[in-house]
Amino acid sequence: MMPTTTDEQRILLKGNHAVSYGVMRARPQVIPIYPITPQTPIVEKITDLVLDGSFDTDIMTAESEHSAMSAAITASLTGVRVFTASASQGVFLMHEMFHYASGARVPIVMAIVNRTLGSPWGFWPDQTDSLAQRDTGWMHIYTESGQESLDTVIQAYKVAEQVSLPAFVCHEAFYVSHALEPVIVPSQAAVDEFLPPFDPSHRLDPVRKESWGNVINQEMFYRHRKDMSADMDRVPDLFTAVDAEYKEKFGRGYGILERYGADDPEILLVGFGSMVGTMREAVDVMLAEGLKVGLLKVRLFRPFPIAELREAVAGVPKLAVMERNYSPGLGGVLHQELKAALYGMKDQPLMHGYLSGVGGMNVSVERIEELTRKALAEDPVPESVWV
Amino acid sequence: MTVSSRKKNYEIPEEHVFLSGHNACPGCGQALAIRYVLNTMGPNTISTVPPSCAAIISGPQPLSSMMLPVYQTTLESSAASAAGIRRALNRMGKTDVNVLSIAGDGGTYDIGFQALSGAAERNEDLVYVCLDNEGYMNTGAQKSGASPHLVQTATTPGGKPTQKKNIAEIMAAHGIPYVATASTGFPDDLARKVAKARDMRGTGMRFIVALTPCLPGWGVKEDQGIAIARLATDTGLWPLYEVEYGTKYTINRGPQGIPVREYYKLQKRYSHLTEEQVEELQAEMEYSWQLLKARSECIPERGLAAGPAQSG
Repeated sequence: MMPTTTDEQRILLKGNHAVSYGVMRARPQVIPIYPITPQTPIVEKITDLVLDGSFDTDIMTAESEHSAMSAAITASLTGVRVFTASASQGVFLMHEMFHYASGARVPIVMAIVNRTLGSPWGFWPDQTDSLAQRDTGWMHIYTESGQESLDTVIQAYKVAEQVSLPAFVCHEAFYVSHALEPVIVPSQAAVDEFLPPFDPSHRLDPVRKESWGNVINQEMFYRHRKDMSADMDRVPDLFTAVDAEYKEKFGRGYGILERYGADDPEILLVGFGSMVGTMREAVDVMLAEGLKVGLLKVRLFRPFPIAELREAVAGVPKLAVMERNYSPGLGGVLHQELKAALYGMKDQPLMHGYLSGVGGMNVSVERIEELTRKALAEDPVPESVWV
Repeated sequence: MTVSSRKKNYEIPEEHVFLSGHNACPGCGQALAIRYVLNTMGPNTISTVPPSCAAIISGPQPLSSMMLPVYQTTLESSAASAAGIRRALNRMGKTDVNVLSIAGDGGTYDIGFQALSGAAERNEDLVYVCLDNEGYMNTGAQKSGASPHLVQTATTPGGKPTQKKNIAEIMAAHGIPYVATASTGFPDDLARKVAKARDMRGTGMRFIVALTPCLPGWGVKEDQGIAIARLATDTGLWPLYEVEYGTKYTINRGPQGIPVREYYKLQKRYSHLTEEQVEELQAEMEYSWQLLKARSECIPERGLAAGPAQSG
């Protein structure tokens, strides 16, 4: 083990508390927050860490998610690193400000704990809340464990601050947020070496007198969005490099996509978030049974890494996407976006889309095996299927 | 009509933080208010501005009539956006920089009220100035929570059936260090209050609501903005006063014995009023004035304050 990691700690943590420790190591200076289940343990743990002197930051207890995101944007524009977190309806109350954030090019990192949207009311894991933010100009990273969430928070700051775009780190309600597991918390010194202090090139400052946000003409608006697009386009390569550097330093890396299982599978299971962990286990079971099956984990969802996805599925005859989200009138978001990403590809794989985990439905190893055999036996339809 | 004369009680600094060549309508009361507010706050200030007449007056990018950093936020976010700036500045050790919010009445009384009340409850260390022209004037004079009783607006063509929100009292009820009403009719008083609010930096939230007549929205002649603003105070409809820590009242100027009809008859937005309605509004004014006087006399000087700046 490298010297910089010698004082890392291994602690039994819930997924949400792992995020809190990752945030502490990234040292944001302002954290505007508003409580909502099941995100609240993230900010509660942060306030505990502040109270016991481990973490020096300013917690702003906003009166709404909308105000929390409003304050996050201006704090970042003024020149400090910022964190916040939310879930479900709270994410939607922030929606308007998400556009303001990416437009202002502020590299806020925010945790989203994916939870069903009302109505009716529910508290179950479902990714529709964050996926419905996919046009807001934020990066989206989906994780499958508390350890990955901790590591991703630190990585996300490093990427976000280089491209001046904000980032969501998403993990699901309860399956990840409240699940206890041993988590390695890297040392402060090592994270400080990895993540330099935030020093933006533009900021709100009476000496510089730079302003932001007033009315612009069509051509300036066009140029602004084109600039955002160019920086979004840099993310897949940059994130891959940052993840590799992180792995070099801390021993853990995830890639922006991950292929697992057979090298020449007859079918690849595709997913993101908590279901990937179960899929991984199902793949092991099926491999032992002699099925040539593999897994494609999508970790970076925005920007959607189209070139890397096409490369990852090249030569695979069939895909089965399993989802824990639902876009009424379209189907599973990953299924439909993946189809668009692969369109026109030579020897494009056939693709099944299964709405298997919507609303937090448990998708067990057995269920995944059953769906895999079904996908192998049947011809796919263009729509996502309720199974 | 007559407007009672008075001596200036404050010399207005001219720092040229607000420049000519801005986009306000000719004779605009709000441009005048912005001049006093910005020149008094001085250049060591960062301001938030939501969609409003003030946003238009500040000018399209890359131009600006305001020689300080301005962040244009959403209509409901002025106070929260200002709070984010203040907290970041404090973390950076820049406690000497003033943080200001300039919002209209829609962005204050209505859609921005939740963020404003939250900021007051946390006692955020900033100056919030509401430029009140009693409606959504930038979008064509629709009714807001600041529109007065019976006034005609684009969305209340028959007259507004309910009262104007008493935003000064609502803000005072938060116990914040400073609340004041002001008016472009009394620029020295407005500038003095802005200076006082500025110099209370470190205590928490300071809130000023300034009446700023909108000439096209109110149906007033271009050279009558100041006279109208003075009449609003001198008829007793817009008394000038200050409240410190929610309880310490100072009345600067109340009714000067001029009937409210003298104010109404110069404005198209009140041209539909019947004689009975004018009488009703005169009675309402007198009741409100008695209530304010009673409050200023009865409430102990120092009550339950909001607490230390930015607690929470």
